[in-house]
Amino acid sequence: MKEIVVISGKGGTGKTSITASFAVLAGKSAVIADCDVDAADMHILLDPNNLKTEDFFSGELAIIDENICTQCGKCFDVCRFDAVEIIENKHTINKISCEGCGYCARVCPVNAITNIPLNVGKWFIANTRHQQPLVHAKLGIGSDNSGKLVAHVKNMAKEIADQYNRPYVIVDGSPGVGCPVVSSLSGANYVVLVTEPTVSGLHDLKRVYELVKKFHIKAGCIINKFDLNSQKTTEIIEFLENESIEHLGNLPYNEAFTKAMTECKTIVEFDSGEITNIITKVWEKVKTTLT
Amino acid sequence: MKIAIASGKGGTGKTTLSTNLASYLSENNKVVLCDLDVEEPNSALFLKTEIIHQEKKYKGIPEWNKNTCTLCGNCQEVCNYHAVIQLGDTIMVFPELCHSCYACSDLCPTNSLPMINNETGTLTHFKTNTFDFVESRLKIGEEQAVPLIKQTLKYIDNNFSDEFHKIYDSPPGTSCPVIESTKNADFVILITEPTPFGFNDVKIAIETMKALNKNFGIVINRYGVGNDDVINYCKKNNIPVLAKIPNKKEIAELYSKGELLWNKIPEVKTELENIKNFIFSNIKN
Repeated sequence: MKEIVVISGKGGTGKTSITASFAVLAGKSAVIADCDVDAADMHILLDPNNLKTEDFFSGELAIIDENICTQCGKCFDVCRFDAVEIIENKHTINKISCEGCGYCARVCPVNAITNIPLNVGKWFIANTRHQQPLVHAKLGIGSDNSGKLVAHVKNMAKEIADQYNRPYVIVDGSPGVGCPVVSSLSGANYVVLVTEPTVSGLHDLKRVYELVKKFHIKAGCIINKFDLNSQKTTEIIEFLENESIEHLGNLPYNEAFTKAMTECKTIVEFDSGEITNIITKVWEKVKTTLT
Repeated sequence: MKIAIASGKGGTGKTTLSTNLASYLSENNKVVLCDLDVEEPNSALFLKTEIIHQEKKYKGIPEWNKNTCTLCGNCQEVCNYHAVIQLGDTIMVFPELCHSCYACSDLCPTNSLPMINNETGTLTHFKTNTFDFVESRLKIGEEQAVPLIKQTLKYIDNNFSDEFHKIYDSPPGTSCPVIESTKNADFVILITEPTPFGFNDVKIAIETMKALNKNFGIVINRYGVGNDDVINYCKKNNIPVLAKIPNKKEIAELYSKGELLWNKIPEVKTELENIKNFIFSNIKN
């Protein structure tokens, strides 16, 4: 089983539109994982029917029992996250700031502080309208630990792929270079980078590729809206050549992407011409590289 | 006044709005723009700048001193993140898992885990012709953005008085880095696009801002594509729509070259004026 992760560094370059297209093209050969857990959008295009919904617990939250607390202030002194607040002369924990390190509970002389497991979101196993397994998730409002939820979503997708002999796991990653992206890259066999010919598209591509290199994963790149700025497209192609990144294809600037999304369809279902042709060729290239 | 610009979905125009609003407001106001999207900071690409100060930023990570360690196992027991592990007669520290809570270090009976500074990124303070600009950039491979964001906000607080309009270009999403970037703002602008993705993600961002008790409003970018779901939702829920930036290829082209828009596209200037008027009349410094 091979795991393909789609990332971009910069947000809004077309990751999800392209990943969902791969999903449709791969059909029964793939399990899909939406690892952009704090802005998950894949479900909009694939219209899943959730078969299983589970809470995800990760990390802890400190709670002070005000009936036991003597207001000694030791917790306040040791907290590095400014999570202990004094409200109306009472020590309380700010839920948003608490990182669940448990230090305060350890130093509390009267054991007034307990750590409770934190529900950071939900995850789902679903069947898409193409009868394809999709694992996706929804991070709770303001939750930490998105990296762990990403790892969980991916592991579930891999388990399903193993069980049902699906040769591919296709992963939609999140923007940036931080913990959720690191989590989505870990264990991947191939990375598809989606970029656009803008100053920020190229800048962010370079940063995220620096991260990919640390994982020694083979990568290919799609230039979306390649005709928006030909000079930047040339610069991107030069970068790809210098770094030996496979240039998978160029997609034109075309309102059809937005139109397809507005109809909650993937672009390969909406467009029967040039764009679908290009994405199909790209998917074939990815498959060939992986064999 | 502190104005944070956030979005939920990535690539909806946070940096475009931040840089243009900063530049526009700086005509008549003291402004500092701060790029808090430390994973992928882009504001600098759109500004002509001169560096006036640069510093490396660090977070404390415990370092094992085997000469004084008695292998009592306390550090492993107190670490809730499994960042400190005892393997036989060795203590291993995993910096990427460490949250710098200091519990293992402070509670070690023989002080064998002193906290050592680990570089997390670089803060740079720039000047443009009309305003100050501060950016932090996460070192590649460092997973946690929040400590660097906290330090950057502190730098802003220490160096700029309340007279300044502080504009925070925030990261995408709704998880911890976004909370850190917006939680102390007086007003949050959520910028979105009128598509199903934009709508889905802005609803999550709206819920997040409500949970944080924030004063916020919506700006619609690429207005004209997609559908009216975002506008109808805002109307129904009494959420102010501050501006609608039109969908134009000319805007995308200027953006691609790293150029500001407001002095070239009159509609953008008008929309920025709407945003300014709304915020200035609704928010007291």
